[in-house]
Formats: sequence, structure tokens, C-alpha cells
Amino acid sequence: MPIDLIFNVVIAGVLTGLVYGLMALGLSVIFGVVRVVNFAHGEMMTIAMYATVVLFAAWKLDPFLAIFPAALAFFVFGYFLQSTLINPFITRPEHSQFMLLVAVAIIMVNGLLMIFGPTARNVQVDYQLESWELGKILFDKARVYAALTAMATSAALFAFFKFSRPGKAIRACADNHLGAKVVGLNVKHLYALTFGIGSACVAVAGCLMVLLVDVTPVLGPAYTLLAFVIVIVGGLGSMGGALLGGVLIGVSEAVAGLFITPSAKSMVSFALLILVLLFRPQGLLGRKS
Amino acid sequence: MDRRQFNKTLAAAGTLASLSPFGIVRAQGAKLKVGVLLPRSGTQAFIGQSCQFGADIAPAVIKQMMGVDIELMNADTETNVDTARSRAERLISEGAQVLVGPFDSGAAGAIAQVAEQKGVPFVINIAAAPQITEQGYKYTFRNFPTAVDLVRNGLALIGDLFQATSTVPRTAVFMHVNDTFGQAMAKGVGGLMPRLTQLPFKIVDTISYDPAAKDLTVEVAKAKATGADFLLLVCRLNDAIILRREMVKQRWNPMGIIGPGNPGMYENQFYSALGKLSEHCISNVPWYNPKAELTKLIEAQMIKQFPKEKLMFHALNVGFTFESIMIAADAYKRARTSNSKELTEAIRQTDIKNRMMIGGPIKFNAKGQVEGIGSAAIQNLNQRPTVVLPVAAAEAKPVFPVPGYVKKS
Repeated sequence: MPIDLIFNVVIAGVLTGLVYGLMALGLSVIFGVVRVVNFAHGEMMTIAMYATVVLFAAWKLDPFLAIFPAALAFFVFGYFLQSTLINPFITRPEHSQFMLLVAVAIIMVNGLLMIFGPTARNVQVDYQLESWELGKILFDKARVYAALTAMATSAALFAFFKFSRPGKAIRACADNHLGAKVVGLNVKHLYALTFGIGSACVAVAGCLMVLLVDVTPVLGPAYTLLAFVIVIVGGLGSMGGALLGGVLIGVSEAVAGLFITPSAKSMVSFALLILVLLFRPQGLLGRKS
Repeated sequence: MDRRQFNKTLAAAGTLASLSPFGIVRAQGAKLKVGVLLPRSGTQAFIGQSCQFGADIAPAVIKQMMGVDIELMNADTETNVDTARSRAERLISEGAQVLVGPFDSGAAGAIAQVAEQKGVPFVINIAAAPQITEQGYKYTFRNFPTAVDLVRNGLALIGDLFQATSTVPRTAVFMHVNDTFGQAMAKGVGGLMPRLTQLPFKIVDTISYDPAAKDLTVEVAKAKATGADFLLLVCRLNDAIILRREMVKQRWNPMGIIGPGNPGMYENQFYSALGKLSEHCISNVPWYNPKAELTKLIEAQMIKQFPKEKLMFHALNVGFTFESIMIAADAYKRARTSNSKELTEAIRQTDIKNRMMIGGPIKFNAKGQVEGIGSAAIQNLNQRPTVVLPVAAAEAKPVFPVPGYVKKS
């Protein structure tokens, strides 16, 4: 098998994996702090993808510029979703939380179907079909831009949690819920803030993903599942783990497609998931509870 | 009203009442309830919606042609075999007297089982897996070629194409979707290729992929690496669009892309999504006769009901869907009843010569299969499907190799 083919496929896997990682990062952040698994995660990304399509169709707004309004809108949406709908469920059993968020997901999918219909949509920017050539290695421009943006967003998120006061307060909440309350932190607000940040993350991922795949309303559940696989492989609640998991899944799918058969791509990512659950249940970068 | 008149009226009412529980309604004056099953959402949504045009115009055209009233009962299979099965059951329970559809071999197999269990005739519009009419089903009929026939016709046209353009490609890479249709087509290609010694090329690699794939980077990279002269492609619509874009991204310019009997590359959405990138793709598929009287009727109705749509972009889907409803209406007219056994028997005796699609009369063999449906080579020229072969029906000369092809040293 030609070495350039392997390089091309691995590079595409890494670049796509970074966008997957950003998507999963939102899920991981929300779970790490609020301890609620967002079963509407993929559906939220699908809404962000549609928002990007609409912004592009209406004002020719490039998806990379659409990131700003989309992230802001999703931050506000996530904040209010958590503070009004999800917060009352925080202390309830997990199956109640599960049913609530599955219901939200179903409403989102059907809402999109009612508004946009079942047809696939995309944005067509001029660089989308272009690529750089380095010898026999090709770099898909849109994929490179998307991966760089995903890395920049992740870095900004890391910096926020590491250095800013609200970020530190959120981490304190995640580490010790009772302790955070005792020192007077507004936990309810911080939970909503976290959900807003996670939603903004998924909005950015949606803006980038629309450059790589066409969007349909039924895309959501597949991405919710993918995000779960990534965060479980990387470590639920670990931000670095989400990025690592994204890259691992992206590369493993690509390599499996090359060496086994393209139809077996998902099979390999699930096999990886089973291996991680068997030998390192907390995930590659997760902490033991 | 005197006593005798009263008794006559009572007797007539009694006869009607005794017949109605068995669902027996004499034809003239009553509507034939046709359950139309199509994938109007999901990955095959565009094609399903395209087929739906054929169903939607059918009642008006059939009323005009045959004087038969049709009531459509539409159901969305959501590009899902299980949904197709449950929708078929529901349509029958709601009173559908004949089922039509479903543009998918997997769904057709499931619906055929339901039709058989419930004893309701089922006329397939588009589905090519050979096994559907090899099960000994009594209520299933198909007015569409089997995958083997599609591939046989498609490969023969590839030979004609090379002759017409004086080209001799030596290698092809074969990519196909891995659903029921794709696998049946792959089986057909695998079975027929060794016997077609007149074809100058050999298949150097076969790559299957998921029709719902969102990304075909690896598949295209693998195909490009084979260095094959041209791409033999069995696709659907969405994947065809993704694949074509990916070919451009990866700067892969083979001599051409040829579909040996599959949808995807002549669909309206393929042109609108890809624009100039849709040019020169070739599909060897059953096609319509633009000069047929029925085509003109259908085109006029299409303009009336859907002024924004052009028949040429939906021709195959509209043509076969319309014809399947016409088969049911014709049988209903002859049987003069919606009783399923009599209606099924009337469908079996079908002999329709006035049709839209190219081919002989619509006549079912003992297995419920129409034979002798031919194919034409359709090339995308100026962003519209153009017949380039056979020469007798050609609207333009075929372009092969396609522009942009770089001959390897």
C-alpha cells in the first residue's frame, strides 16, 4: 500500500478528529461539572449546523464568521435551558434526566424536520473544494481551517477554566459541590454558565462540521452517540481526554476504512470503546472515581 | 312508495350491505385506493420526493386516459426497511387495495412479505434486487429490471461507449453502496464481468461503502490510489454528491464516472448541489421515451401541478411510479372490482403497450416480473441528462474521456 495514501488518510482522520473532539468537549464539560449527561448534544450541534446554513444563505456569512453569533446564541440558549428546564432535574434519578433530555432531543429533531424538511443542506464556500499539495500529500483546506479553529477554541476553553475567576469557580463546583456552596459560590448560576459554555462549544463544532458534511435533521442521534464514544474513550469529564478521544476515533475510523473496509469504520470505533471499557473504564485520561 | 318498490329498494340495500363487509366494491363509480410507499425522508428523500411527483400526477392523467378514479394513500418509509414494513401494514389496515412503491430493494422485500401475508397486490415501481421476484410471491409484481438485467444492459452500453469514442480504458475501480440494491448490483457485476470478454478493462479493486456515509475521504483516497482509468460507480444520490466533491478535493481526475444502472447522477438534486461538477457523469439506466403519447400527457400534467419542476430531471422516478399506478388502475378497470384476488389476477394479465418508459409492453411473466426493459446511456451535458447512446435515440455525442482527464505517463 503506498505510504502517501496512508499519510493522506491519517491526516484527514486527525483533522476530522479534532472537530469531533471539540464537539465532545462540550459534552464532557457539562458532565464534568453539572453531572448531567446531555442526550440532546448531537441534536444541538445539528441546530448549529442549520443556523450556519441559514446565515450563509441569507447574508453569505462564512461559517468561520458565523461561529461568533452562533456561539453567543447557543450560550444564551444553553444557560436558560439549564436554569429553567434541567436544573430542577439535577437532584432527581438519572433515568428522569435521561428521559428529559431524550425528549428535548426528539423535539429538536422534529422541529428541524418541520422547519427545514428532510433534505440535506450545505454551505458552498469557495475554498471548500480546494486543497494544498505537499508532494503527494494533500491537505483539504476546509478541514485544516476547521481543525485549527477547533484547536483554538479548545485552547481558549482550557485558558478560561485555568485562569479566569468564573472558570476557577466552575472547577471548584466540579471538585466539591458542597464546598463550593459553603464558600458562597452561586452554584445554580455556575451550573447554568457551564451548560451555556458547553452549548457554545457545540455551536462552534456545528459551524465547522457543516464544512465537512451535509446537514439533515436526523443527523443528531448519530453525533450524540459519537460524542459519547469519544468522551468515554477519552475519559468522561476530562477536557484533554475529549480532544484525545476525538483524534483517536477520527484516526481509527480512517485507518480501519483503509486497511479493513470502509463499511467497517464504525465497527472499529465501537471496538475501541469496548477495549477502553474493559481495560481502563475511567477512559484514557479520566480519573478514577 | 308502494310495497313492491319498497321491497326492491330493501333487496338492493341488503345486497350492498352483504357485499360491503367483504370489501367488494364494483369498479365503476368507486375509487381505487392506492397505498403509495416512498422514502420521502432520510437518505433517499430526494429520490422519494421525485417519485412522489409521479404518484401525485397519476390520478388526473389516469382519469383522463382510463376514466378510473384513484385515491392515493401516501406513506413515508423514511428510508428504513422496518418503517416500510409497518407503513405497509398500516396502509392495508386503513383500506389500501393495492400497494405501490417503494424505490428501494430492502423496503420492497419487506413490503412484499406484508402484501403476501395480507393478500394485497403490490406493484413495485423501482427496486432491482433479483430475489424479490424469486420467492414465489403471488401478490408481488415488478415493472423494473432486475439488478442482473440492469448490469447486463449497463455493461453492454459501456462497451458501446468505448467504441463510439474510440477509447480503450484498461482498468476500472468499482465502488458501490453496501445496501441491498448495491450488493445485488455488485453481485451482477462480479458475475457478468468474466463473461463479457469484449470489454477491454478489468476491475482492479472493489470498494463498498455505507449509503448513509457522511464522509467518503478514505473511500476516494483508496480508489484514487488504484490508478484506475475510470470509476465504475453504483451509488445513491447523497453519497454520489459527497463522492463527487471528494474527488475534486483529492484532485482525482479519472477518464470518467460511469454508473452501470443506478440512480444518483441524473437526479435534479445532483445538478443543483454540484453545478458544473455534475458534468459528464454517465448513467446507463432505463429511460423514458420523450416522443411517447403518454409522456406528453404526463409532462403536461406535471407542468400544471408542479410548474417549477421539469420532467427530464425526474423522468425515471416519475415514469416508473406513474406506470405502477397505471398498472393497478388498468387491472381495476378490467377486473371491475377491488377484491384483492380478482385484482391480483387482473394485474397478472396486464398487457399495456402505451407506456412512457423505453421497452416492450408491460407484461408480467410467471414470477411477476416485466422483461425487456432496455437502458440508455445518459450523460450530464450542460447540466441536464442527455441521451448519448444508443445512437438511434441519442441527443448528443458522448464525451469520453471527460475534460480535465490527465493521461498518465
